Amino acid sequence: MPYEPVLLARIGKPDSAKLEGYRADGGYATAERAVKEMKPEQVVTQVKDSGLRGRGGAGFPCGLKWTFLPKDHPGPIYLCVNADESEPCTYNNRILMEKDPHQVLEGIMLACFAIKSKKAFFYIRYEYGDAFRAVQGAVDDLYAAGLLGTNIFGSGFDLDVVVHRGAGAYICGEETGLIESLEGKRAWPRIKPPFPAIEGAFRKPTIVNNVETLSCVTQIMRRGIDWFKSLGVPPDPANPRDAGSYGPKLYTLAGHVNKPVCVELPMGVTLRELVEVHGGGVWKGRKAKAVNPGGLSMGYVDVNAPLKGADGKTEYDIPLDFNGPGKVGCLGLGTAAVTVIDDQTSMVDVLHNTCQFFAHESCGQCTPCREGTGWMLKITDRLRRGLGRKEDLDILIEVGDRIGIMPGTTICGLADGAGWPVKTAVRKFRAEFEAAIKSGEKSKYAKSLAMAH
Amino acid sequence: MGVLTEDQKNRIRAYIPKYPRKQAVTLPALHLVHDELRTVPNEAIVEIAELLDLHPSEVQDTMTFYAFFKGEGQKNGATRLWVCRGLACMLRGAYELIEHCEHKLGVHCGETTADGRITLEFAECIGACDGAPACLKEDVHVMDVTPEKADQLIEELRAK
Repeated sequence: MPYEPVLLARIGKPDSAKLEGYRADGGYATAERAVKEMKPEQVVTQVKDSGLRGRGGAGFPCGLKWTFLPKDHPGPIYLCVNADESEPCTYNNRILMEKDPHQVLEGIMLACFAIKSKKAFFYIRYEYGDAFRAVQGAVDDLYAAGLLGTNIFGSGFDLDVVVHRGAGAYICGEETGLIESLEGKRAWPRIKPPFPAIEGAFRKPTIVNNVETLSCVTQIMRRGIDWFKSLGVPPDPANPRDAGSYGPKLYTLAGHVNKPVCVELPMGVTLRELVEVHGGGVWKGRKAKAVNPGGLSMGYVDVNAPLKGADGKTEYDIPLDFNGPGKVGCLGLGTAAVTVIDDQTSMVDVLHNTCQFFAHESCGQCTPCREGTGWMLKITDRLRRGLGRKEDLDILIEVGDRIGIMPGTTICGLADGAGWPVKTAVRKFRAEFEAAIKSGEKSKYAKSLAMAH
Repeated sequence: MGVLTEDQKNRIRAYIPKYPRKQAVTLPALHLVHDELRTVPNEAIVEIAELLDLHPSEVQDTMTFYAFFKGEGQKNGATRLWVCRGLACMLRGAYELIEHCEHKLGVHCGETTADGRITLEFAECIGACDGAPACLKEDVHVMDVTPEKADQLIEELRAK
């Protein structure tokens, strides 16, 4: 039986972004019930027990994060909604905001009630103009209907939502970068600890949650823990630290697929099924060569490489849950944005494009990242100009290994995400890179001055 | 005398009660000015700083972090046209599209046409990967941009 979408259930309905339509579909009844009949702690417990893990990339358990707030804090406590969806090839938050903003806003209401916050800052990347207008319109409608402001549902619960626009910087998706940007400063990530739950926006306890995570909160409070846990993948018994991969997930497909679409599926679909079935297969009758399984920072999968310990299977068969991509050397599930690269495409060009992104978006605060991303771009540029040297590949891996919070040389994870695709691409497609160096062949794009920035 | 009108100043002031600190209005204020003047001249930075009880250098410091904003001596055309060069778009022809737009407009990325109508820029992934290659017209996504569609868009923007 095909899976019936929940998070995307209202997408495609006429006027799906309108308040009346959302209420007609039972919207805000869950928030009303929670606010009137539940204690904040009960909401925290329900979300925590559902096993919901953050959808923004790191997969941190959402309810657990909420419990890190100081007990009996006099306030204010803030919620920051991370809608700075900038991880390349990711667009599920955009769809949720443009087409069903009330599902997100109900999640915000529930989250703020749970964490005893009276103010949420909804930080939307500037490039999402339509999403901004949809969310702002939805917020305005809620104020007009008395569902935001003071004494919501006559329960004494107060909440204000402020929609704030970014200015085109990837680093604002890092939660403390977002907070600094919100405060009106350069979006330089902060040294942690203190984590935002202790000292966040405006030096007050703050929770930062992703748009899809908050949509899941709405559904968990509406449908219950059992529904959420009936989907996805339970924890790996061999790994005591695994928190499981429960619930539905929005996977976005991009690149060389026939149907670049956003699909909702229970967590754990295999990469192969996602691309071949839900994405309609690789375009132009070609075959896939590489896949980026969760946004650029996660690295690359070699679809033809055999999967260790699984006869006849390849890296193409990994499940897209929180553990799957890690089994083949990728950083993690990330945003579950899947980009397919066909067998006619040069990995040198793909990697150059990747390095171009991170060199452009490194915020410049930590030297290893600022310089390292620049070096990796220069080296990959050399490779695509046919001027590669035989030591370049090892230098790339070495730089990739030494920048980031894992080797302990930077403040935030941007550099880990910059190094990972470099390391995975060079290791998995080494023969192709070596052949490019040996032949001295120029990329078809190397002539373009447009890309000289 | 300043560069900001009283109306603009009032609209900036209207943001202040929404935030616990005035400094948080820096980005909304910069957006407002930049959008309407197509640049943020030094004088506007001083005026924003006055409204928000900041030193002008604090506003300048924030503004220059975001390459998005054009400062003194730089000015956007009537419409900013960004072509996405993210991986998803690159795989579906973004580099060719950028080159096409440069030829069509007679400018390189980062430059404005002589008639002041269009500023052409490249963008890092704009999150429109389901419509790659994609463009951003100001802050609105334009999806599945073929060279023909780009020509049409450019004609519309020139005539606007």
